[in-house]
Amino acid sequence: MTRVVITGLGVCSPNGTNLESFEQALISGTSGIRFQPQLRKLKFSCQIAGNPHIENINLNTYFTKVQQRGLNSSGLVYGMIAGQDAWRHAGMLPASAEKPDWDSGVVFGTGILGVDKFREAIHRIDEGETRRLGSSSVIQTMASGISAYLGGTLGLGNQVTTNSSACTTGTESLIMGFERIRSGRAKRMLVGSCSDSGPYVWGGFDAMRILPSTYNERPTEASRPMSASAAGFVPGSGAGALVLESLESALERGAPIYGEVKGGAINSGGQRGDGSMTAPNSEAVQHCIRMALKDAGVSGTELDAINGHLTATTKDSLEVLNWTKALGIAGSDFPLINSFKGHVGHCLAAAGSIECVATVMQLYRQMVFGNVNCGDIHPEILSLIDAECIPTKSRETPLQTIAKASFGFGDVNACVIFSQYIA
Amino acid sequence: MKENEKYSQLKNIVAAYLPEDIKVDSITENSDFTGELNINSANLVDIVLDLEDAFDIRLENEDMDRMKTVGDALRIINAKLVE
Repeated sequence: MTRVVITGLGVCSPNGTNLESFEQALISGTSGIRFQPQLRKLKFSCQIAGNPHIENINLNTYFTKVQQRGLNSSGLVYGMIAGQDAWRHAGMLPASAEKPDWDSGVVFGTGILGVDKFREAIHRIDEGETRRLGSSSVIQTMASGISAYLGGTLGLGNQVTTNSSACTTGTESLIMGFERIRSGRAKRMLVGSCSDSGPYVWGGFDAMRILPSTYNERPTEASRPMSASAAGFVPGSGAGALVLESLESALERGAPIYGEVKGGAINSGGQRGDGSMTAPNSEAVQHCIRMALKDAGVSGTELDAINGHLTATTKDSLEVLNWTKALGIAGSDFPLINSFKGHVGHCLAAAGSIECVATVMQLYRQMVFGNVNCGDIHPEILSLIDAECIPTKSRETPLQTIAKASFGFGDVNACVIFSQYIA
Repeated sequence: MKENEKYSQLKNIVAAYLPEDIKVDSITENSDFTGELNINSANLVDIVLDLEDAFDIRLENEDMDRMKTVGDALRIINAKLVE
């Protein structure tokens, strides 16, 4: 079977808008969560969020000057930065002006794209000024805008599409690209996801009262995965991107190899049993993890680490319980487990891809990044696994295989198994 | 407004929509927007909106259909300004 490796990474995250700064922030446990004056003005309960600081990024590197006219779609900007950086990181250039690269495609997901641009359009339309919308209203607000922009910029001639499965989106996009290469339909796939910033994306979650409201004065302490004092997820935004490539093509190009995708699985709990629109069916979660391991040909005991979904809600304990059941291991035998949502919050549709980038960095650096804000591990979690399995400081450690999972509204799940590349 | 002022204003508006590989110098009165200047046809809509703002006129769909070259645009603007 075709082996699939990772040859490029790119990220635009709340705690680092390029690979180097992102990695440094994860090693040192630096938060990207900040107080958001706009949310206070709008009377949000939760007035903090993690959004990438892109003020110092020269957009000319990523957009033509025509594309920058009327550009008002933050997710599109994050996705273009992460996606093009990943392509460059893989040593790839855009296709020539005349001919697309038939062997390369993109699956780049999002939950909703260009909400600020859409707001602009709604105001114009309501004022009877539809004729003054201009040409960029559609392309910045169609969900597939992000894959279309990336595909056009890079000249990709294979599948160019956008997937959407709530907070599973990023991990799902990776598995979709992986399957396409493994089945021989593409040599190279740019995969990832992005999520817009701002009150119009985060407001609905604030209204559901699932965001923390008591940390507005202490933003960096607010996101507390696996902690007894976890008070809800902190909303975030950004983008992550990975270049997946057949091993054959990577070796042919002499490309850098950062890790291997061993296998993956996607499923749903069908909103049956304990599953619902907003809660996961535990049986489906366990089934998804087991299917991913089977697909990868890896046993649960071979996992060195897990990067969970772990959003810092009351569901974190249930997730850990599901991992112990799926793997059939608990206590001190359980692998290392971490969540990067303590650093960046829950970047929604972008979460899976940002976290996949960080997971692959751990493999490549042979280093586990420490959890933040969980000095008080939840007692239910401590009844399942040892405290030593939950590192609070980054440290070098041998890592051969890591599982990464994402779960989303709609009772949807994705789990991917990464390995260190060994020829 | 003098004729040359109008032309330079028009030229500035058009220049903003040129693809990266087309030089501003290549804009002449005879330049065809999509054929020669290689401007994305979708951006003609944006040029029309910019012209409306710059000259305080309103351009209809028929005006846009007749606007093939830079010179066409100049003639249409002049006609509107007289109205």
